[in-house]
Amino acid sequence: MPDGGQSVLDVRDLVTVFRTRGGEVHAVNSVSFHLQNGELLGVVGESGSGKSVTMMSLIGLLPSPPADVRGGEVWLGGRDILKISADALRDLRGAKVGFVFQDPMTSLNPVFTVGAQIMEPLIRHMGLSKAQARVRAAELLELVGISDAKNRLSAYPHQFSGGMRQRVMIAIALACDPDVLIADEPTTALDVTIQAQILELVKDLRAKLGMAIIWITHDLGVIAGIADRVMVMYAGQVVEQAPVKELFANPQHPYTRALLKTIPAISGPRQDRLQVIEGQPPILAARPSACSFRARCPHAFDRCHAENPVRRAVDANPVGRGHDVACHWSAGHFDA
Amino acid sequence: MLTFTLRRLLVAIPTLLFISLIIFLLVDLAPGSPLSDIPLTVPPDVRQRMIEALGADQPVFVRYLLWLRQFFWVEPAYLLDGWLGTSLAEGEQRILSWQSRSPVFTVIGQRLPQTLTVIGTAYLLGVAIALPIGIYSAYRQYSMFDQFGTLFAMIGFSVPTFFSGTLFIIIFAVWLGWFPTKYDTQLSVTDWATFVEQLRQMALPVMTLGLANAAVISRYMRSSMLDNMTQDYVRTARAKGMPERTVVLKHVLRNSMIPVVTVIALGIPSIFGGAIITENLFGVNGIGAALIGAINASDLPMVQTLAFIFAVLIVAFNLIADVLYGLLDPRIRYD
Repeated sequence: MPDGGQSVLDVRDLVTVFRTRGGEVHAVNSVSFHLQNGELLGVVGESGSGKSVTMMSLIGLLPSPPADVRGGEVWLGGRDILKISADALRDLRGAKVGFVFQDPMTSLNPVFTVGAQIMEPLIRHMGLSKAQARVRAAELLELVGISDAKNRLSAYPHQFSGGMRQRVMIAIALACDPDVLIADEPTTALDVTIQAQILELVKDLRAKLGMAIIWITHDLGVIAGIADRVMVMYAGQVVEQAPVKELFANPQHPYTRALLKTIPAISGPRQDRLQVIEGQPPILAARPSACSFRARCPHAFDRCHAENPVRRAVDANPVGRGHDVACHWSAGHFDA
Repeated sequence: MLTFTLRRLLVAIPTLLFISLIIFLLVDLAPGSPLSDIPLTVPPDVRQRMIEALGADQPVFVRYLLWLRQFFWVEPAYLLDGWLGTSLAEGEQRILSWQSRSPVFTVIGQRLPQTLTVIGTAYLLGVAIALPIGIYSAYRQYSMFDQFGTLFAMIGFSVPTFFSGTLFIIIFAVWLGWFPTKYDTQLSVTDWATFVEQLRQMALPVMTLGLANAAVISRYMRSSMLDNMTQDYVRTARAKGMPERTVVLKHVLRNSMIPVVTVIALGIPSIFGGAIITENLFGVNGIGAALIGAINASDLPMVQTLAFIFAVLIVAFNLIADVLYGLLDPRIRYD
């Protein structure tokens, strides 16, 4: 393994392209990141910035065609999992890597009981018998804070509320004690109070179980609350990466700054209008040859139109280890 | 569920009574006379006596009420007598065919086995072919297999059975000589040789009808699978590391079967109704042929009884489809 056993997951230069009728769409462009043991990595960016696609392509969850993972390495448990067979990858999914999806209302199969759906990965990956799996499933439901777990196993998803279903999804994802939990906007579809409960639950589970988590969201408030480290994505690239405090205190990329400015302040005089970032993220038909953010960037200059910026370290640490940014422009002090 | 079923059964009673009245009146309004086959040389007073003997001179509502009594009371009584050896019917008047003067239900009892064997087999075969085709077509959408499946379904849909049946007769019976052209209703299966003979003579009508059935159901299956294949829960199943087999044949299929089972259940009454054209083409002397013969001869009791039996079956299978829907989909509760 390339980096000394510290990281549970190490992604290098991941490239994912969608082949569509209208040509290719480059959704993930040379994304590199790593995940330390027990760490919570927040991934932020607006819709279409490639957050989910990155995470799904590294574990082979994108339907192919149209998706084509064209390059890169994904190191997990000492193996490059982009090189292993579909069957071997299937053995990892749900076992070493757990997934929680955005919409709990549709993510559970409506015609099977909650218990059956939790038991499935237990029987498949851990080789438990039905009876053993049932016992473990009840424990898992209790773990995610669902009372009367034994009886609830035979309930159907439609008998559960959205927050409860997301708890069930988390129970499924955690069933086989994964090293990595990938949570794809797990609280976006929930009420704010339920969001808070789920966040509490995840914090709690992390303390108990110690798995590493990738938390995809576009809610910076959530990130500030739970993440150790943040990765900002734009147009399928990592544009800035830093420990959470550093990122909020000293954002370097104009996109990160703009994102932070869009959060309405709850103190002080009320703004006339909500801050927005004008325009849309681009849809890339080829590998980016210039900065993808240039059209929306207030600081864009000649070089931004000519050359795609690579990630450079902002502090003394190497790229990916401390604070880095992919921008030609040198930012000064940030004032939100 | 039980309350729902009972309630639906109770509601079915007035529905069926109403249907029976409509059928009775419609058939009665149709032109024609039960004596149209009798030569004109028969004197009018004899004709009149024949009509009186049939009971055809009675007013329509009298005949309707009599028929109702016969259908719901006398005939079941005869059925029970036949099964249990009781004597509930006590020699009461049964529904008689004006054509043959024999009880309508005796005729049905003779004809129905032919229809059920041939058309039932065709339906089962159609379903058995259609489901795998639909499932695999959806799983590999726009693949070669799917394109062929679509072509097959289009042919099955658009080519009428009198054409495909004739074509099959020419190819398989006349040119290749594999199967007989006509269905022999006298054949009784007693040993292996007659069983093979039965299979051979069933082959062509079963192929003809099976193609048409498979075409329809495979389309339903395919579109239902496609609807479910892109659902979020399918991604969840894959994220759990389930093998594709489990994902498709368990998670997707179970959801996709809900509408398809309804379609299949609602198609079953048509088996009993017979396939009039195909039965005629291959000489299967089934219910469909009996109905056509009865219509031609203005055999009103026969037509009314058959039409009403179809109505009962349709109502019954609607109910069965609804119950199955509730059993397959836990979100649907009728209480």
